[in-house]
Amino acid sequence: MIRLNLMKLLYFASIRQKIGKAEETLAPPPEATTVATLIEWLRTRGPNYAEALKNPKLVRVAVNREYVPADRRIAPGDEVGLFPPVTGG
Amino acid sequence: MIRVQREDFDLGAELNALTRGNASIGGVTSFVGLVRDMGGGEPISGMTLEHYPGMTEQQLAEIEAEAHRRWKLDQVLIIHRYGALKPGDRIVLVAAASAHRDAAFEACRFLIDWLKTKAPFWKLEETATGPHWVESKDSDEDAARRWDPR
Repeated sequence: MIRLNLMKLLYFASIRQKIGKAEETLAPPPEATTVATLIEWLRTRGPNYAEALKNPKLVRVAVNREYVPADRRIAPGDEVGLFPPVTGG
Repeated sequence: MIRVQREDFDLGAELNALTRGNASIGGVTSFVGLVRDMGGGEPISGMTLEHYPGMTEQQLAEIEAEAHRRWKLDQVLIIHRYGALKPGDRIVLVAAASAHRDAAFEACRFLIDWLKTKAPFWKLEETATGPHWVESKDSDEDAARRWDPR
């Protein structure tokens, strides 16, 4: 039996531009249990991901549209948004 | 009330609508943010505002709710534009209406300070050397932090 741990990822602004896409649905490995370990895994997906996510201090994360800290646990079905610090107003 | 829109807004019309029919309001304060013609020392010919649809509305609604918890307000209005803008264009409007001016002034300042660090918008400025993403400022974080609980 194959169990898929599908997660919707959304990228914005400079992170979207560097990764080269606005969103994708991925099945992270079982060890990606938190925001921090998810980002670590994403960085291994290619030089574009590594570049976009190289400085964790400049990556803001929202799970299901709420800001979360790096140690927040993630679950299948979550919507995870990754973006640089905001500059609206 | 929250609105996220491409279209421009009319400050007078918005403030009239906000206070109309409620004579217990003694004052209304507003802040309007505009596109400057300079950014990071370079002239700007235009700007594109990107946002996170869904999260933006949720964050703005939370900021509005927090203003109501902190001050006695009759009305709060937040309008934020997205898309392509030119220098001089309006970007954002925040307004607070209350029986008394202190609550209205303080809430207005709070609304824009929190919005600048929490609402998921990003500015891409067009310059002669190409487009540049605006970087967040520590001074904005400091301005928001002044509203942290003591």
